[in-house]
Order: sequence, then C-alpha cells, then structure tokens
Amino acid sequence: MSHQPIRFYQTGTFTVGNRLLPAEERSVQAKARRTNSLNSGHRACQGCGEALGARYAIDAAMDATDCQLIAANATGCLEVFSTPYPETSWQIPWIHSLFGNAAAVATGIAAAMRVKGRSDVRVVAQGGDGGTTDIGFGCLSGMFERNDDVLYICYDNEAYMNTGVQRSSATPPAARTNTTLPVGEALGNRFGQGKNVPAIAMAHEIPYVATATVAELHDLEAKVRRAMQFRGARYIHILVPCPLGWGHGSAETIRMARLARETGLFPVFEAEHGEVTSVSKIRRQLPVQEYLRPQTRFAHLFRPPGHPEVIARLQQLADRNIRRFGLLDGTEAAP
Amino acid sequence: MKQSKPFAITLDPGSSLANHTGSWRTVRPEYIDRLPPCNHACPAGENVQGWLFHAEAGDYEQAWRVLTRDNPLPATMGRVCYHPCETACNRGHLDESVGINAVERFLGDEALRGGWRFEPPAAATGKRVLVVGAGPSGLSAAYHLRRLGHEVTIQEAGPVAGGMMRFGIPEYRLPRHVLDGEIQRIVDLGVTIELNCKVSNVLEAQAAGRFDAVFLAVGAHIAKRAYLPAGSASKMLDAVSVLRSMEGEERPLLGRRVVVYGGGNTALDVARTAKRLGATESIIVYRRTREKMPAHETELEEALQEGVLVKWLSTIKQAGESSITVEKMMLDATGNPVPTGEYETLEADSVVLALGQDVDLSLLDGVPGLGIKDGVVQVDAGMMTGHPGIFAGGDMVPGERTVTVAIGHGKLAARNIDAWLRGEQWVHPPSHELATFDKLNPWYYTDAPKSRQPVLDTIRRQSTFEEVVGSFDENTAQFEARRCLSCGNCFECDNCYGVCPDNAVTKLGPGLRYAFNYDYCKGCGLCVSECPCGAIRTVAEEI
Repeated sequence: MSHQPIRFYQTGTFTVGNRLLPAEERSVQAKARRTNSLNSGHRACQGCGEALGARYAIDAAMDATDCQLIAANATGCLEVFSTPYPETSWQIPWIHSLFGNAAAVATGIAAAMRVKGRSDVRVVAQGGDGGTTDIGFGCLSGMFERNDDVLYICYDNEAYMNTGVQRSSATPPAARTNTTLPVGEALGNRFGQGKNVPAIAMAHEIPYVATATVAELHDLEAKVRRAMQFRGARYIHILVPCPLGWGHGSAETIRMARLARETGLFPVFEAEHGEVTSVSKIRRQLPVQEYLRPQTRFAHLFRPPGHPEVIARLQQLADRNIRRFGLLDGTEAAP
Repeated sequence: MKQSKPFAITLDPGSSLANHTGSWRTVRPEYIDRLPPCNHACPAGENVQGWLFHAEAGDYEQAWRVLTRDNPLPATMGRVCYHPCETACNRGHLDESVGINAVERFLGDEALRGGWRFEPPAAATGKRVLVVGAGPSGLSAAYHLRRLGHEVTIQEAGPVAGGMMRFGIPEYRLPRHVLDGEIQRIVDLGVTIELNCKVSNVLEAQAAGRFDAVFLAVGAHIAKRAYLPAGSASKMLDAVSVLRSMEGEERPLLGRRVVVYGGGNTALDVARTAKRLGATESIIVYRRTREKMPAHETELEEALQEGVLVKWLSTIKQAGESSITVEKMMLDATGNPVPTGEYETLEADSVVLALGQDVDLSLLDGVPGLGIKDGVVQVDAGMMTGHPGIFAGGDMVPGERTVTVAIGHGKLAARNIDAWLRGEQWVHPPSHELATFDKLNPWYYTDAPKSRQPVLDTIRRQSTFEEVVGSFDENTAQFEARRCLSCGNCFECDNCYGVCPDNAVTKLGPGLRYAFNYDYCKGCGLCVSECPCGAIRTVAEEI
C-alpha cells in the first residue's frame, strides 16, 4: 500500500485533514495553499464528482512535481465545463485538441520536453470514460505500448454525460442511459459488454496502474504521488459519480463513490508492471442494493414487480471482484 | 480597429473566477454549532465536548479551565458522578460511549498534581452572599459567586467541609486528599468557610452578617426510619450515621453479619463498607427486583464482585436478638411489591437502615413566604425560594439527589443570585439544537474501542479502603479524549474544505475554522453530508 493509514482515533484516516497532525502528514487538499489547479467559477453541475476528482488528482500531481506539470485534455465534461471561451478554470498549462487524441497529444508534449532536456516537466493526460475507453482508446493503447512518459488519468462517470447521458463502454450492466432505456424486455445496459480498462492497461504491463474513487482522498493522492515516482506510461482510473447521469442527489456524490467501493462493485487497487501490488479492503461490506437504490439509473430494478434476478447478477459481479482482489481478506487495511 | 488576432479568438483568455456560480444556488450551507448530547445531559451543565477538544490536543490545562468554568470539582466528579453524559454519548451508537468521566478525573488529578489555580475573580461587586452548607451545592454556588466578584461566606455545621461527598461517599470511591485539594482551591479563590457554625435561623444569620442574599444547601441528613418491631438487644443503625462515623475516630461496630435494608446507592455504600470493616456476611435486603433498584448498576456490580449478597423481593418483618425475619414479596401487575406470607430467618448482628434521608428544615422556621412540600423546599426556575433573596439547592430542593445535580443547582443559583443582586433576571441563553446521531456522518470516525480503567484486586477491596477504580495515564486519557466525535461542533477536519467541487470553502487557519465563499458555492450540499460532526446545515436561499 502506498497509502499509510493514520492511527489516529478521532479522525485522520478518513477525513481530509486533522488539526492534530503535523502539516507534512496532512493531505494536499487540506493545505490552505493548495494549488486549486481547477479553479472556482467552472460550470460543472452541483456536486460534480469529476470536478472534484480532477482537482484532487491534479493538485496532488502539482504537489508531487513541484508544479512542473502540463496537462492534455480530451473532449468531455471536464473540458467543456472548465474552458468555455474565453474563460479557463485551469491554473496549469493545459491543452485541449480532440476527443480521441489526448494520449497522443500528451505523448507529443512528453517528446518535446525530452528534446528540450526538460526532464523536470511531467505530463498528464486526462479525459472522461468516453474519451478514454471508447474514442481515445487507440491512442491510449499506443501510448501504453510505447511506454511514453505520461500519466493518463481517466475520470470515469460511466457514460457520456456532457452530451446528455449516452452509454459508453464503461457503463455498468443494467444502468439506464438514454441509449439503454429500460423499455419492453430491456432492463438497461446489457450484461457482458463493456471494457475493463484498468485490466487492459495492466495487460500492457506498463509500470503503474491504479484505481481510486473520490471517496478516498488519501488513497487517491498517494496513488498520484506513487505514479509520479515512475517514468513511462502510467494509468489511474478514478470513479467520479455524476449526479445528473446517475440520478442521485448532488450531496450524495461522495457517498455513491464510497458505496461503489464498499459493495465491491468498484475494486480499488494498484498494480506495478502488470501485477496487483495492493488492494483497498472493504471496511463495512454492504449488499449492492445499498448502492443501486439511491440512483435513478437503476430505479427500474426496484419498481414493482422488481427484478431480484438482475440485482443478483450485479451482486455476483461484486462478489467476483471481492474474490478476485481479496477485498475482504485479512485485517482491515485502514484501522 | 486593429485586428491583431485571428477571428474567433479575439478575446484574451480570462479566468473563470469572473463566472460567479453562486447565482445558481437555491439552498446555502451554513456553519452552526449544535448541542452535543453529553453537554445536554450533564446536570452540572459542563461543556464536555468543549473541554475534550483541548484534551485531544494534549492541552490539559486549557481543558481543565474550560471544564471548571462550570464545575469546580472535576477530580471529585470524575470519581463519583454517574455520568449521564456517557449514557447520552453518540459514540454509543458506533461502538461504546467515550469515557468522559475517566478523562474528567484525569484532568482533575492533573490539576491537583500541577497545582493549577483558578483565575482571580472578577472585580469586587461589594455584595455579600451567605451560603449555608459546604456540600457540593454550596461549594459550587460559592465558587461561581466568588468568580463573579461577590464576597462569599459558607457557614457549615460540620467540623469539615464536603458535605455528603465526605460523610456519605466512602473513601474507596473518593479519596479524601482529592476532595480536600479541590475544596482548598475554592478557599484559595477567596471563599470563606466557617466550620462548626450551625445556622439555626437563616434570617438572623443573614442580618447578623449583613448578607445581601442567601443560598441554602444544607442537604438531607436525617435518616428515614421504618417501624420494625425489634427485640431490645438487636443492633439497629441508620446508613447516614454509619457512613458519617467512618470519618470519625471510632469506626462503627457492625459485627460479622450485617444486614442493610434499602436499595439505593447508600445501601450499597454501607454494605461495601461493612465488608471492608470485616463483616463475613454483608446482605442487602431489598423489596423489589434488580431491574427496579434505584442504585446505579456499576455500583451494584462492584458490590457483588466484593461479595455483597442481595436478597431481592424481601422486606424485614421483625428484628430479633441476633436474627431478623424476612418476608418474601412478589410484584403485582403494576410492579409494586406485595407480601406473600412466606417467611425466612436471617442471622444478623446488626441491621442498617438505608431508606432515604429527610431534610432538616428547622433553620427555616419563621421565614415568611417559604413553600415546603413533601419535606423539601420549593424553588422557582431560578432556584429562589418563596422568600426574596433566599435561594436553595442540592438535596433540600426537589430533584434527583446526586452530587452532580447539586453542583448544577449551585451554578444555576449563583447566576440567578448574581442577576438578582443587580436587580435583574437571569435568562438562560438560547440553546443550540441537539446534535443527534442522525446529524453525523459516522463513516469518518476510526474504529477505537473504549479504554478501561484499572480496578483494584477483589481481595484488597474486601479488606481495605483503597480506591477501587484507578486512573488513566496520560496516553490512555488522550486516546479516550480523541474518541470524542465532537458532535455538532467543528473540530477542523478540513472535510468541507476538501470536498467542495467549487473551491468555495475558505480555510481561515488553526482555531478559526472555515468560511463559505458564496460567490462560487452552488449549494450542492456535499459539505453538509460529508461533515463528520454535523456542524453545517442547509438553509433555503431567499430568491
């Protein structure tokens, strides 16, 4: 585990900060002078998980690189809400080109930095699940295969939210989107489709792959920090709930991410050179219903007569993750 | 106009700070302080969460100072209080309540070790107040009145101050050096205590000393009697005098087989004392069941560990020369004990009656306007009796008879006396809404089991008056303090600052908490739902 739990009883392990800890042991987000790489005034919806995840990740990367950071951004919510012409919310060098080429643009920047002898400048590429798992997937795989010195961060909100909630290859089974409506026999997105991009990234045997959620700040920051210790291609996949597309309250964003982890539906782990090196254990295991019920994208599963068989299949997916990654094994990782 | 840039990018890039997203908001978050359940439950009105906050940081002196704003006897209270705060503690919903009482004791002991003194009183008001009785209520009132700048004299009938804390609570629960130390600190604040000074007429005493107001706290010292047909040789005692004589030169002679009659804490105290004095059998006879027993559960538990026996559902019918006759009882449908006609004989060298106490009201004879009902003095919400300027508290007024309640009465009376002396009426400041468990986000609290206080070996508890329950060391006290959830009060965990997707929370620095930047706050409510301690609420925006 690159993230050391803080044995500190009132708070510490789970909260953003702690008044009783020395400054250097607190999270980047707890600092009064954090970089706020994504600044106020952006036009993300209320309670946007992606805006939160992007600030968490890029602030941590800025902290880890002494602010020598350039970001390339795919088209998507993050790009649209942060840079409506002529305003920008970014307080870092930032470039947007196309939907599908963020990884390639970042590769180019990294090459340019190498030519200029600026090994101190680090490059990040970022995009949503659409720009990563679907449209930008070719460029991403190429970047992995060439082991270009880029950290690619995918903010996964499990559909194309910017254009009005259409299915992507990261949309979970049974979820309602505007292209997977639960009408007639159909009960939302199909089972057995979609891509597990963290696993695909691991199959490229790149130096570092990790998953994270916006519900675990300390873990997320530690992973960004760890990623910056490697040269070569790195990939972090962050689950960022979307109040609009998932249909939960804007105040529930972090809770949804937490439930995704606690049910086992979203396994949180890290891997080096294709091998899993640590997993984030489930703290209080919950059945998948706890996660599904508050989201209107799964509401059709609970409407009379109900679809326990579909819920059971989703529970099987969670159980498989729990088995696969040993999410319940041993002592609690974060006491 | 000179066109230096190509079409479509004629504007320089600007910051999104120009876009005040706060205009989207329909609800706004607000920082608030809610009332923690511990504070709410404390009969002495302690700011428990407030002093734990400082103890968590290791600033024990500041913690003690916050504590003693409300209660001048923390080392005593940390031993004898039945801690309703812990019963109310929200952490009980998670694992176990915070060991508030033990931390309070640690702070009180630290203060005695470190010789910490109270801050000097406020400027002298020139007013004189007489306090009658140096028990917990009188000492508390005197302390608070003195801090407010009044001249305070306590007149105490007994030879030494402390009241029931000394004459009612055995030494194994409250070592006398602790009590002495805390009383001395009140004396050092400038309170005069006149010992062996029984007030037989309160109005005369007031006139003689030219006192502007009087606080009565004489307690309840007269043991209630029950009619028991008794043989001439049987030894019949009452609990109050047994416990009182423990403080004197001669210890009471109870014999080897002692029967205690009653079911309150005093009955347990006597039974446990008898055991320590060498009784081979110490039996409590109580007419109801364990569930109905008014004594505190932990005290009963400790007594049973020490070998005290209890005869449930029994009354004493007759006391003979060296034995008593006990009648078995049963509970009727309404839960009242009724006799069954079944009898049993118990060997007994002495019988101690612990059936409650009455108040000696003789000093109030002839005071006009005074209301007395059920043997206790009636007071208004400000602790004033029917006679203007005469206030009363502790066991002599209606209410639960515990040290903590008495200390609370003293504080409340002091505030009201202070206002009354200025010709004003003290008004309780508006209370914050209660920080109930549903207001918290317990996810953020780390699992941490409750710390246990060391307990003396049972063998030594049966023969000595050494203190039964031990103290926390510093590490344990701090650990326990840090188990506090800080219900309803910001403890600067940075969660709101961290979870805001719009960076609309400003961190104001250590001790200064946070502020919302409503220019950018979209009102998503994430800070409210992720605040561990429920110190943020949502209010509708006026549109």
